Amino acid sequence: MSKVLVAMSGGVDSSVAAALLVEQGHEVTGVHLKLSDYAAPQQEGRVHGCCSVEAADDARRVAQVLDMPFYVWNLVEPFRAAVVDDFVGEYAAGRTPNPCVRCNERVKFGAVLERGLALGFDYVATGHYAVARRDGGRARLYRSADAAKDQSYVLSSIGRDALERSLFPVGPMTKDRTREIARDLSLRTADKPESFDICFVPGGDAGAFVDAAIGTRPGPIVTGDGAVVGEHGGTHRFTVGQRRGLGLATHERQFVVDIDAASNTIVVGSGELLSRRTIEAERIRWFDAPPASGAAVAVQIRAHGRVIPATLAAAGDEAAEVRLDELERGVAAGQTIAFYDGDEVLGGGIISSAR
Amino acid sequence: MQTPTSLYLDYAATTPLLDEAREAMMPWLAGGFANASGLYAGAREARKAVDEARETLAAAVGARPEEVVFTSGGTEADNLAVKGAAWHGRDQGRDGIVISSFEHHAVLDPADWLTRFGFRVTRVPVSGDGVVDLDALRAAVDDKTAIVSVMWANNEAGTIQPVAEAAAIAHERGAVFHSDAVQALPWIPVGIADADMISLAAHKCHGPKGVGALVLRRGTRLQPLLHGGGQERGLRSSTYNTPGIAGFAAGVAAAMRDRDEAAVRVAALRDRLQDALTGRIPGAHVNAAGAPRLPNHLSVSFERIESETLLLLLDASGVAASAGSACQSGASEPSYVLRAMGVPDALASGVLRLTLGRPTTQDEVDRAADAIVAAVERLRA
Repeated sequence: MSKVLVAMSGGVDSSVAAALLVEQGHEVTGVHLKLSDYAAPQQEGRVHGCCSVEAADDARRVAQVLDMPFYVWNLVEPFRAAVVDDFVGEYAAGRTPNPCVRCNERVKFGAVLERGLALGFDYVATGHYAVARRDGGRARLYRSADAAKDQSYVLSSIGRDALERSLFPVGPMTKDRTREIARDLSLRTADKPESFDICFVPGGDAGAFVDAAIGTRPGPIVTGDGAVVGEHGGTHRFTVGQRRGLGLATHERQFVVDIDAASNTIVVGSGELLSRRTIEAERIRWFDAPPASGAAVAVQIRAHGRVIPATLAAAGDEAAEVRLDELERGVAAGQTIAFYDGDEVLGGGIISSAR
Repeated sequence: MQTPTSLYLDYAATTPLLDEAREAMMPWLAGGFANASGLYAGAREARKAVDEARETLAAAVGARPEEVVFTSGGTEADNLAVKGAAWHGRDQGRDGIVISSFEHHAVLDPADWLTRFGFRVTRVPVSGDGVVDLDALRAAVDDKTAIVSVMWANNEAGTIQPVAEAAAIAHERGAVFHSDAVQALPWIPVGIADADMISLAAHKCHGPKGVGALVLRRGTRLQPLLHGGGQERGLRSSTYNTPGIAGFAAGVAAAMRDRDEAAVRVAALRDRLQDALTGRIPGAHVNAAGAPRLPNHLSVSFERIESETLLLLLDASGVAASAGSACQSGASEPSYVLRAMGVPDALASGVLRLTLGRPTTQDEVDRAADAIVAAVERLRA
């Protein structure tokens, strides 16, 4: 029996994670993370995202049913500093951030884990779909049994120390099974819909969110030879590989092929110009020693992207160069790159450039 | 599985129901159900209980029975006072609301809401020791001020406010003076002679939750919040909560009987706890140490500690205490009270509010000190 702190978002996955831990005989405490400020009580209308009062109430009710202590922690400031400011800053720098990865790295398996350990907990658990298993004397991370729900990508960079202290109780199951368990236990979160939005971006309009933080910054849209073909409202509204929303009156299909934040320029071109063979990654955290140069790996460069076979041209403690076995279109700097060996996650980092 | 609370030090949040109060309520929960506004025998019995309770409440604050308006609690009493006086003031050409900056949210938020309708709200600063700045108050009140509200004692810092002086400042300009005395009533003299309106809550005095009163001196004019059957001279329509009102009066009557003796005894325990914590924990700072405080209040900040984690550890060891205010979700918020007092953020985020009650024993205080010392040491390790 261990002392486990389970992060409860108010969704079905973390609710069932908590229930399974209780069933396994652990001493379980629930904590709901307040990550952003609620709308003031006078403001009418629904509050969106994972941080609403309703979500906290749902998590609390599940904890009551499971008869476990429950707290709400105010992590608004750490979340703002580590995730929201990073999100805005990365977009402003012409990159495409992945806030859920950042939140796992620095908040859930950062600040919360640190607090949990200080309070005497042995593990922090979440409702992520990934499998943490001890193998060969250390903790290893694998893809979930539910391939469609697999979230190992967003956990790829939490680092080995955090992984040693992490539990993902629903990871070995399918989402359907999770809902079934929730219904069997009559948990009120059993039939809650999936959340897809970024929790602090109501309505999912990331561009508007960054606009509100840094303002619109109009600049030119140019082709590869420098011809101005349009105007944009700010480079932060674009991602490499993007086709929609350019507002160009051209006949051939145009894609964003480069974002130059320094000169506030969006470069567009045909789809072929997006093809990349080599990716440079930085700020990598490996779960074990870095693989040897020349090792065959698989990489994933988007949350629900495909698996790309590749060769590690060079791999250090924190940086790597990856040669893709096949060309990939639309590799955006700032996105997380996760490294796999079969179903096992080797680690994750951030794409710094691609060519 | 959870550790039950074995050591309760959150009496400012609420208090356990006194046996006397429960007994006073029982006839109206079992059997005596009649509407106190009716004309038949059972109704007259209920009305008698309400009116006796009204007399008890009035006597506790030196008021006449007809000056007591029963409400659903302290929050409603505060809302009725602030909004009621503001709307009435508007009819008299007054649109100003002056409050201290560390009022309870039941005063702050109605005042903020009233700005939507064109009222002017001035928040008067408080000193580092948690006492309203009377010079600033005098400067803020003008001939257009409708209502001035300064709490009798602050719910986080426990500091007792210069209510009579504040009332005099309001009256010089013809404004109505209100004071939230929810925390003060069980511990110190509270009287209608010093304020035009006083908010009270039953559950802070070992009475039931969901009942309170606004005591308003005769001649004080208000617009009601609740319109309907016209109870409470039209100021607060709603069927009488007979059991709640009876329990309220019983709790307050008991508190009045032993108030001065309890204040001395509990203050000694509070001081013992304060000395133990400041003596045994380096970097412990008592908030508002230089001001007159309620005898049961101790607000202490620890360097290099986050309240949220400290409270969790204390809860796990069976100790019930609190920090600043909590938001709707239950997350701790940075204390606006300590911020208003100019307490640095690093100390405000490590605050612990311990509030004692009449049932608190020396043994409990000593065990609480041990638990807090152990928790702080653990978190700093």
